[in-house]
Amino acid sequence: MFESLSTKLQGIVAKMKGKARVTDQDIKDMMREIRMALLEADVNYAVVKQFVADMSEKLKGQEIHQSLTPGQQIVKLVHSSLVDLLGSQQAKISVSPSGFTVIILYGLQGAGKTTTAAKLGRLLKADGKKPMLASVDVHRPAAAKQLEVLAEKIGVRSFIMPEEKSAVTIAKKAIEQAKYYLCDTLIVDTAGRMTVDEDMMQELIDIEKIVKPTEKLLVVDAMIGQEAVTVATAFEDAIGLDGFIMTKLDGDARGGAALSIRQITGKPIKLICVGEKVEDIEEYYPDRMANRILGMGDVMSLIEKAQQSFDEDSAQKTMERMLSNTFNMEDMLSQFEQIKKMGSIKDVIGMIPGASAKVKDQDIDDRIIDVNMAIIRSMTTKERRFPNVLNASRRKRIAAGSGTTVQQVNQLVKQYEQSSEMMKRFSKMSKGKGKSRGLGGFGKGFPF
Amino acid sequence: MGLFDVFKKGLSKTRGFVSEGLTRISAGMGRYDEDMLEELEALLVQADVGVGASLHIIDSVRANIKTTGDDSQKAVMHTVKKEIIDILGPKQTLSLEDNSLNIILMVGVNGTGKTTTAGKLCLKYKSMGKKVMLAAADTFRAAAIEQLEEWGKRTNTPVISQTVGSDPAAVCFDAVHSAISKRADVLIIDTAGRLHNKQNLMDELAKISRVIEREAPSACIMPLLIIDATTGQNAVIQAEVFSKAVRLNGIGITKLDGSAKGGVAIAVAYTAKAPILLAGLGEGVEDLVDFDSEIFTESLIPELSE
Repeated sequence: MFESLSTKLQGIVAKMKGKARVTDQDIKDMMREIRMALLEADVNYAVVKQFVADMSEKLKGQEIHQSLTPGQQIVKLVHSSLVDLLGSQQAKISVSPSGFTVIILYGLQGAGKTTTAAKLGRLLKADGKKPMLASVDVHRPAAAKQLEVLAEKIGVRSFIMPEEKSAVTIAKKAIEQAKYYLCDTLIVDTAGRMTVDEDMMQELIDIEKIVKPTEKLLVVDAMIGQEAVTVATAFEDAIGLDGFIMTKLDGDARGGAALSIRQITGKPIKLICVGEKVEDIEEYYPDRMANRILGMGDVMSLIEKAQQSFDEDSAQKTMERMLSNTFNMEDMLSQFEQIKKMGSIKDVIGMIPGASAKVKDQDIDDRIIDVNMAIIRSMTTKERRFPNVLNASRRKRIAAGSGTTVQQVNQLVKQYEQSSEMMKRFSKMSKGKGKSRGLGGFGKGFPF
Repeated sequence: MGLFDVFKKGLSKTRGFVSEGLTRISAGMGRYDEDMLEELEALLVQADVGVGASLHIIDSVRANIKTTGDDSQKAVMHTVKKEIIDILGPKQTLSLEDNSLNIILMVGVNGTGKTTTAGKLCLKYKSMGKKVMLAAADTFRAAAIEQLEEWGKRTNTPVISQTVGSDPAAVCFDAVHSAISKRADVLIIDTAGRLHNKQNLMDELAKISRVIEREAPSACIMPLLIIDATTGQNAVIQAEVFSKAVRLNGIGITKLDGSAKGGVAIAVAYTAKAPILLAGLGEGVEDLVDFDSEIFTESLIPELSE
């Protein structure tokens, strides 16, 4: 249902072909789409209104660039304005000069505080700190137990008092314990609450007085809707916040709340959580968040992921082989291996702009790569190097050896032939133009 | 406390928000012009009603003004209410079948309140004199099993569980067989929260559902999607994707009281194929009630003095 904003804008722009300037009506139409896109991404209404008004002002009288398509040009402008709003620099978790840092996590019920506490603990531990986790959640059944289990998993000390009914008492003891064990950071996990609840807010204020936190962080679910601002301001007014942690960003919520809370409270987003595992916590990049809110895919993450997992040498080798026209099954196998390292195909494609919407409806089977790899691995060296020798009986043997069918083997061979055909053309084309460098072979040869 | 009062109390924040907005819009004059309609649309969007549903409601209001010529506050509100009730559909409840095993399968994304709702439902059916069993098929989240066991202890209900990390479908297999042999009336299965865009987790859910259907062919199986009312427009997609993985019997919306934006129920109903059956309007057990479109709408939109 979320058609990419840039596609929509391009549609509008297509209508004004030939015009040298953007008219008021054009701006109005485009702003409507931007407004819808932002609202559908759960950005707060007041923030959207202000943003759209500012954008219209900026766009008025803008000349349509020849180089970029006007749609792209406008998306670019919207994007850069969003990045400005989302905070131009990254904010780090601060450390207390006293040497004993207390980080306290607040949030609504189900925002993911306890899991985040563990993730944060792991992150700090990896950073050379000695953290301790403490739960002062005296309301949710087994909340303390959950923290204890997670702490054990990440190898960090925890402190809980499941029988104690007073959160303040637990907080006091937690500080003592943390200092006793010479921990330098105490992460306090509080009970989830509805902001309506005056008593629970009071409890938080009491705890705050005891633990004197260095960092007061609000944990916000990326899926939160228009309520985000109310929640953030309620905590900000009652306790005062130092920043936010956004959770569940591995879902497909657009996370417009990030923009709203940033704009309304002016406090930075410090970290984001992107998965269920304890290591799934990351630094926050405003420009990526802007992409996400606009539904533009996460090109930067994709590139980074590709850079991390691509073996430069092996890619270079494949590239050279392609250009010298000796691409064989061994190269294809190494390509498959490279792709597999980047993670699930769906995740990877999801990061490509424009592709995300289409991918959602399609079942992409990651196993297809495994199957293809199995087929190649069932070939002899000779077959891999000179695929031309693959006759019917060899194919039958390969199918049996890899647990596949002859059809699947045929399909792979055909794929190989197509890729190598393409590469032949490619190498002809690039001859004389100098050697080009690239990630190598993102061609028709891939199974998606 | 009657159902109306429960709704009214739970939705008081949303009503306050809507009422304040309406007063602001119609300040001075009681006649609606185009600008005011736009403001009204904005108000709906801000209550998380969603862009699609809001447009639909406002279009109807506009059409109604055109045909009747009545642009008074009263007429506009009347149309708005009528449209919302239309979108929400007729009242349907999560009803148990007598003389049969009823299996309620709690599904949803992380942190919406599946375990808590399972516990509350358990208590509710217990007090109706039903023989209830709980199954802890959330084998992923740390201490999820303990949380459900705590509810089991409180309500004196047997809890079927295995160890952390075991196959949830296996837990369901055990639970279903145990419930059949003990002739239980209701089996409530709590599953792990899963984000709907994780294909492998959705496949796991489909498997759980298959196992239950296979092992209890004669039982009345009711997968229930739990949605958090503070969720924004993502709730719509959640409903869509979950209904693809399992044949949803209905939707329960929790934490309606915590948010001033209870409108998400309307956004979900506008696109979802499954009806909204339950509303969580507070932390207490008695605050989990059957969803009623008319009462919901009446509680959401205040009567305005002329």
